[in-house]
Amino acid sequence: MPTLKQAEPNRYSRILGYGSARGDLDVTNHDIAGPIDSSDEWIVQRTGIKTRHRASENLSITDLAVAAAKDALANSGIIGEDLDAVIVATVTHPHATPSLAALVADGVGSKAPAYDISAACAGFCYAVAQADALVKAGTAQNVLVIGVEKLSDFIDNTERTISFLLGDGAGAAVVGPSETPGIGPTVWGSDGANWEAVGMSHSILEIRNRDFVTHPVEEGEKIWPTLRQDGQKVFRWAVWEMAKVAQQALDAAGITAEDLGAFVPHQANMRIIDQMVKTLKLPDTVLVGRNIECAGNTSAASVPLAVDALLDEHPELSGKLALQIGFGAGLVFAAQVVVLP
Amino acid sequence: MADQNEILAGLAEIVNEETGVEVEDVQLEKSFTEDLDIDSISMMTIVVNAEEKFGVTIPDEEVKNLKTVGDAVNFIANA
Repeated sequence: MPTLKQAEPNRYSRILGYGSARGDLDVTNHDIAGPIDSSDEWIVQRTGIKTRHRASENLSITDLAVAAAKDALANSGIIGEDLDAVIVATVTHPHATPSLAALVADGVGSKAPAYDISAACAGFCYAVAQADALVKAGTAQNVLVIGVEKLSDFIDNTERTISFLLGDGAGAAVVGPSETPGIGPTVWGSDGANWEAVGMSHSILEIRNRDFVTHPVEEGEKIWPTLRQDGQKVFRWAVWEMAKVAQQALDAAGITAEDLGAFVPHQANMRIIDQMVKTLKLPDTVLVGRNIECAGNTSAASVPLAVDALLDEHPELSGKLALQIGFGAGLVFAAQVVVLP
Repeated sequence: MADQNEILAGLAEIVNEETGVEVEDVQLEKSFTEDLDIDSISMMTIVVNAEEKFGVTIPDEEVKNLKTVGDAVNFIANA
């Protein structure tokens, strides 16, 4: 029997460049406080969010994803034809099939394998983990990963647990081969026992059947899946369980917090970020991604958007180490240390 | 297990550190939300710090029942 030829593995991988695209509207707390009987002061105090980018009707989730992808490709010195895979992490692409990734690949001039993954706010870090593995295995040389959400299509303006936090945007990165280690081991996992802690209010089938156990629907009432969360439960998990995961990612990479240039957690809530920084005892020398203040919580897009914003503001971070961690609906989480491009 | 006064004193320190509320204002009959103006996120931080300090487990479902400082002290004392 002949021996099967194998792809030549790459010893190391790295992130070649990040890119981003934001919603075209700046939505302030004043704009959204009315229907939830709240105020700018209350929202800032509870979440640290002052304004969030949202996309108008004319700016689709595909537009956002393609724009971020082109930005990342340009920053990486790669063209669409050089890509060997395109992975899109999203929970707001309005088609279960076909994938958004196929549209994005086409949008950047690529015929590479393309697929979506559903890992909510951990989606980008999940996608980086996959890209890292594909490159190291030699299955791909250059992989485009994108976290994108148009969450404003799935919110209820009168809902008080999560809708007011949410924004729209896309963040992308290109992962390719490297001479030196550029991506540490990913620490990731799930906790499906807490599946109901955060997610969409209803399934597509419940909407078809108008069969609501928890929210009976009046005749003629407009129905639509929107996001909900058990804020206290999620807060506790996000801070104290995810601080452990962040520490495990540092340990797996063989570094300590002192070695970091930046810490970029999922931009869920400034209070979560502050408490994580405290729990992890990060030194003051570590820059912390905090663009939730103006971007809101953009789920899968939040980590790459925050990294890209930090790199814009602090170009001296290039070549330094960043710990990025995503966590959210599932519950699912993923963290890895990367060398910033 | 620590007695009620010790738990109250320990809890008051935690509340003070999280919210800045004076230690002497943290009294058994005070409501966390109404009297001490503690929001749900700070409450969770207080709960986690209390778990660590007193070596107890306070489940998420139980947090909603802890309306007053006394409720929390009793729960910790009997945990």
